[in-house]
Amino acid sequence: MEQLLQQIASGLANGAIYACVALALVMIFAATDHLNFAQGEMAMFSTYLCWQLMQWGLGFWTSLVIAAAVSFVIGVLIERIILRPLAGASALSVVVVFIGLLAIFHSLAGAIWSHTIKSFPSPFPDVSFAGSGIIGPHQIGMIVVTLLLLLSLFMFFTFTKLGLAMRAAAQNPVSARLVGVNVDWMLALGWGLAAAIGAVAGAMVAPVVYLEPNMMASILLYGFAGALVGGISSPGGAVFGGFMVGVLENLVAYFGNLTEKMFGVYVIGNGEKLSVALIIVVTILTLKPAGLFGRVITKRV
Amino acid sequence: MAALLQVEGLKAFYGPSEALHGVSFTLDQGGITTILGANGAGKTTTLRALVGMVRREGKVILDGKPIDRLTTEKITRLGVAHVPEGRGTFTGLSVDENLRIAAYTRNDKQGIKDDLDRVFSYFPRLKERISQQAGTLSGGEQQMLAIARALMLRPRLMLLDEPSFGLAPLIVQEIFRIMRLINTEAKVSVLLVEQNASLALELANEAYVLETGNVVMSGPAVEVKNNEGIRRSYLGY
Repeated sequence: MEQLLQQIASGLANGAIYACVALALVMIFAATDHLNFAQGEMAMFSTYLCWQLMQWGLGFWTSLVIAAAVSFVIGVLIERIILRPLAGASALSVVVVFIGLLAIFHSLAGAIWSHTIKSFPSPFPDVSFAGSGIIGPHQIGMIVVTLLLLLSLFMFFTFTKLGLAMRAAAQNPVSARLVGVNVDWMLALGWGLAAAIGAVAGAMVAPVVYLEPNMMASILLYGFAGALVGGISSPGGAVFGGFMVGVLENLVAYFGNLTEKMFGVYVIGNGEKLSVALIIVVTILTLKPAGLFGRVITKRV
Repeated sequence: MAALLQVEGLKAFYGPSEALHGVSFTLDQGGITTILGANGAGKTTTLRALVGMVRREGKVILDGKPIDRLTTEKITRLGVAHVPEGRGTFTGLSVDENLRIAAYTRNDKQGIKDDLDRVFSYFPRLKERISQQAGTLSGGEQQMLAIARALMLRPRLMLLDEPSFGLAPLIVQEIFRIMRLINTEAKVSVLLVEQNASLALELANEAYVLETGNVVMSGPAVEVKNNEGIRRSYLGY
């Protein structure tokens, strides 16, 4: 039983990271209909920035705030400089650009900081407490930081004028222009926010997966899965989907181990976590193509 | 009356093809002008060209200031509110959010509040539906919301594209009654594009008749209305 709770708790902690990545993906998708394949590598790069700042002697949180701010600027610049000229281009050209960005950030990180695995400190004190057998302090920290981030984003989009303008621009760019919203800047801001969210996600997960240029590869896949399961058009759904995928993958491994112990047959285990998670995703999407919370978009022709 | 809007040789393009071949007209301050014509005459394109939603050439002067090189959002900020064809509802936002986003360019809290009250006095139905998702409103309500959004910009000039489209006659009459109020009370000049020519000519002071991208007749609305030839060949009634 304790082991089950443990698995669920660590699933929630991982899920928090997937939720962040999923949300970053949704933020760009909602406004542009493009899935940013470079989101993971951008987050990885931000995490290296954070690490570098810590190497220069800054504290964890200061480094994270600066890294997130720099990532925000990088995100805005990528949109303004690279994607703006592609505004009317076909989806395929944009995909190629995303893959190019992925490769660029990947090799840039490798070139600057080398491909060797580095450890990344956790900002949370390593204390033991009642229940710390089930969930560790860093995992609690990950969940709390993510929830705070999600909450502040929710407040931003619901209660501020700028947040409303960003939603309006994503939903109906033509009408948004007609009420004086500078839609182009709203898209750039969306990119900036997505990059900053990625920075936080990267710094939270780096103590667990260690810092290296490939650190975000599978996390991005889970993030995609979360976003798709929850509904790629729904931010709340993407967050839920992220948490759900996190818990699911752990439960799969847990019950796999359990059957092996009870019946002595190896059916499924840690190695198949990702595959099973993706099978579940495919199943859900077959049954409900718009995702659990997504809206079916019908177009008039 | 001074001219609020002067348009000279306005051309518009969809890709490489020219859809508007040099249209010229003037709009009086405080008046209601209508552009009439059959399908494909270039009515909608004219409005789109005025606010820079399509590539255009020619001169457009608003109150002495050329606006033909400005972006849509800048033209909007100068007080031109375009109520687009199809109503342009932010379907996923609530009615309240639709109205609040329309006041995006403004910072006068009291003024925004006053305008909101006035909008609700014109369209009490929107007040009843304030927290409803705008996509769930009926066609007539969405048209009201579109006009209400335009009013929240506190415009000098409102461009209205086919407000009667797809609506029941009673609702259309209600909307036209309120448009007259908006013109007289709120002192908003109106440029109206309509398929329903008889209705538009009743509301308007001036009329222009378009045919495939060219102005073929212009004059006071009464004259156009009484011109049998124009009515039969271009307006279809």
